[in-house]
Amino acid sequence: MIKIANISKWYGQFRVLTDCSTQITKGEVVVVCGPSGSGKSTLIKCVNGLEPFQQGDIIVNDISIGDPKTNLPQLRAHVGMVFQHFELFPHMTITQNLTIGQVKVLGRSKDEAHQRALQLLDRVGLNSQADKFPGQLSGGQQQRVAIARALAMDPICMLFDEPTSALDPEMINEVLDVMVGLANEGMTMMVVSHEMGFARKVANRVIFMDNGSIVEDAATEEFFGTPRSERAQLFLSKILSH
Amino acid sequence: MSFFTQFDFSVIAPSLPFLWEGLKFTAKLTLIAMAGGIFLGTLLALARLSSITPLAMVATWYVNLMRSIPLLMVILWFFLVIPIFTGKPMGAETSAIITFTAFEAAYFSEIMRAGIQSVPRGQVYAGQALGMTYWQTMSYVVLPQAFRNMLPILLTQTIILFQDTSLVYAIGAKDLLKAAEIAGKNYGRPIEMYVFVALVYFVICFALSYLVKHLQARTAIVR
Repeated sequence: MIKIANISKWYGQFRVLTDCSTQITKGEVVVVCGPSGSGKSTLIKCVNGLEPFQQGDIIVNDISIGDPKTNLPQLRAHVGMVFQHFELFPHMTITQNLTIGQVKVLGRSKDEAHQRALQLLDRVGLNSQADKFPGQLSGGQQQRVAIARALAMDPICMLFDEPTSALDPEMINEVLDVMVGLANEGMTMMVVSHEMGFARKVANRVIFMDNGSIVEDAATEEFFGTPRSERAQLFLSKILSH
Repeated sequence: MSFFTQFDFSVIAPSLPFLWEGLKFTAKLTLIAMAGGIFLGTLLALARLSSITPLAMVATWYVNLMRSIPLLMVILWFFLVIPIFTGKPMGAETSAIITFTAFEAAYFSEIMRAGIQSVPRGQVYAGQALGMTYWQTMSYVVLPQAFRNMLPILLTQTIILFQDTSLVYAIGAKDLLKAAEIAGKNYGRPIEMYVFVALVYFVICFALSYLVKHLQARTAIVR
């Protein structure tokens, strides 16, 4: 489904990604972790072409992201993405946030889009908020709306860029619950996150990044059992110690 | 004879229909230049922020040029130069409308540029991630927010524009000020006329700035 092959990226002289390669097959859940500044968010933004890269290629559903001839908007319409800071459109109601992409990008009728929006709001437990604006919702509620917005496009896979790191602790679980539900339904997911409990519960694989490189790419039990690299061991001991 | 008895404000009432015609043109000029200026200004702002270097350069040059020349000179220049290019004479009113739209576009573009930059980068990502094209992201996500953030400043610029329209009297376009000048000459009472139109300008501008203050409180987007 997603094949990342020898990706490198520079910001001017500064190299942010070094030769990153991995694969995510259909139905797999992969969690990407690592210290801040290690390039996790940059890597996941490369997957749907939000960030350009200078070397290597990423193939999503048999389509090359690096190929300048690729119609990126068309591809992105089927790759859901959830951001750290939710990025709901603040000038639209919750329902409008969920229908705009369906109507303007997928060409669905307003009624159809509305139906789908309500169905998804119901799924994330927020149908009572349909007519509110994002600013009136809590962080956890906003992030659940953001997940619903991505799902409204009927994506073939979902990218999560630190979906819980901007949330107050008591709101993290309501978002993770939605994500666990998705994983259990067989959604292909790439999740940049420090939520190791989530990784243990649903991830098939864990990728550990440091300094722009993929240091460790292992099955979940293996990763939490005995990480091979010292850097990953140190990282795990730091975040799992309490 | 005291100071006040020298003035005869009774000449105002019979001049009102004539002044009203002038005010109508002033309002028309302001509204067209505002709408056209914001439209062209938004395009200029998008061009300046675009990654296509030649486009950005041309837009930057245009904006900097317009902002570096006194408006009165631009009014005179356009009035004299456009007929040379088009080959036919142009009325002062048409010339004024074209000039103000082109000139104000430069100022509105700077406001819209700030407005576009005030929208967080993540909003663009979110639009793109939904599969929106550049123009869709701009028209549904970025510009509505930019516009709302900048509404008070756009209106303030329009108030300045409204006052600046009085400069068209230099090319003989019949705006409120020109009408006052003509009426003042007719009755031999220029001071009374100028006092009256000053009052009209004041009342309109004051009402508009009150509106801006009101809007500032109301349009803020809750984030």
